[in-house]
Amino acid sequence: MKQKAKILDKEAINRSVMRIAHEIIEKNKGTVDLCIVGIRNRGVYIAKRLAECIKKIEGKDISAGALDITLYRDDLALASGQPLVRKTEIDFDINDKKLVLVDDVLYTGRTIRAALDALIDFGRPKSIQLAVLVDRGHRELPIRADFVGKNIPTSKQEIVEVHLEESDGSDEVLIAEKE
Amino acid sequence: MLWTKKDLLGLEYLTPEEIELILETAESFKEVSTREIKKVPALRGKTAVNLFYEPSTRTRVSFEVAAKRLSADVINIATETSSVRKGETLIDTGKNIQALKADIIIMRHNCSGAANMLARALDISVVNAGDGWHEHPTQALLDIFTLKEKLGKIRGLNVAIVGDIAHSRVARSNIWGLTKLGANVTVCAPEMLLPVEIEKTGVKTSSNMDEVLKNADAVNVLRMQFERDEDAAFPEQLDYYKRFGITEERLSRAKNDIIVMHPGPINRGIEMSSEVADGKNSVILEQVTNGIAVRMAVLFLVAQAREAKI
Repeated sequence: MKQKAKILDKEAINRSVMRIAHEIIEKNKGTVDLCIVGIRNRGVYIAKRLAECIKKIEGKDISAGALDITLYRDDLALASGQPLVRKTEIDFDINDKKLVLVDDVLYTGRTIRAALDALIDFGRPKSIQLAVLVDRGHRELPIRADFVGKNIPTSKQEIVEVHLEESDGSDEVLIAEKE
Repeated sequence: MLWTKKDLLGLEYLTPEEIELILETAESFKEVSTREIKKVPALRGKTAVNLFYEPSTRTRVSFEVAAKRLSADVINIATETSSVRKGETLIDTGKNIQALKADIIIMRHNCSGAANMLARALDISVVNAGDGWHEHPTQALLDIFTLKEKLGKIRGLNVAIVGDIAHSRVARSNIWGLTKLGANVTVCAPEMLLPVEIEKTGVKTSSNMDEVLKNADAVNVLRMQFERDEDAAFPEQLDYYKRFGITEERLSRAKNDIIVMHPGPINRGIEMSSEVADGKNSVILEQVTNGIAVRMAVLFLVAQAREAKI
């Protein structure tokens, strides 16, 4: 795999996250009943950052949780390497909440499908909105994002890598080509 | 760390890393049982067969609950009412279950090594739910999981296993698991219930209960298995209770926050007093709850490993 280009740097990621936070507040007319759930792993970190930004803007704390979708994957039975089951931590009631689901990259939409199934097992939110840092296209399911950090047209041969301080030591989005 | 084994036969056959992987996976699964909808679709379309050649309620039900919370279909075979009565061999029974396209056999058997033999004969997964005096891996895993949850670690802990060591597969599995993870294990029992050469497994032995309790961070109290060996010598019950029974009086001289475990069913007034069983140091019912998470992890991992091989 060879490195191709840096699409977003630290500042650009920060600005995207801040803009999405503003858009979430705008669309939901404030923070009443708002909660946020990140998909493991990197979605969780972005979700936490969004919650912090929303607090900066509105001065209100919103509940943030973490969702592991491994057990809901539609390719669990395929021999695609063994997935590690990680913890789901949603310690607040999602019933009748406006829930913002967060992931780093939106690609086929299958992760989001799994996440929606998982969330419904936790309750019945009033609405579920989707926020992603990168939308790279190539959807295989009828799923779209409500909030997008950056649209990056890619080919299926390319790989989008999101690096975050919390998990990778630096903030950047790279695009690479499979060899 | 990848799980590659299609079966879980005993902790003797696992590396410390594999044991840790089960424990970590179980941590994730514990949350599922706290949900309003206590179910995930991970093993949807899979069939698990409970094949029990010995009476068991808690282990069988725990496995059944675990499999159902993973969305697997569960079939229970009680051998008293099956073709086993007509003389069918274990391997034949296993091959028939395999021919039904079941995915996992969870077996309890009175012969040591039965699970190993069945696992060799079949392509589908075999999970040992206790075989003779050999191993009861999921019980030990849930004991270790509970210890780790309560005390934060296993390495360096002083763990006492008390009671009928000779006839106990729970003791054997605990010894394998705990020593592999770096705990200091002492087995404590009347001389007649200490197996010969048990020290070779890396444990200390003692017949002095008070001495052992003084330094113990946890004590795992085993059930007297009067039914397991009719010919064996057993200590007289009252005498045993006096020398080894865990009472409040005895615990008052142990560490204040000592963890008291028991795999159940308890013989109250033989292995421990009712006050201790229901007291502040007891984690006996938490063990039962944790058993579900541990068994979910095991079923999930063996099913995944088998998928990967097909």
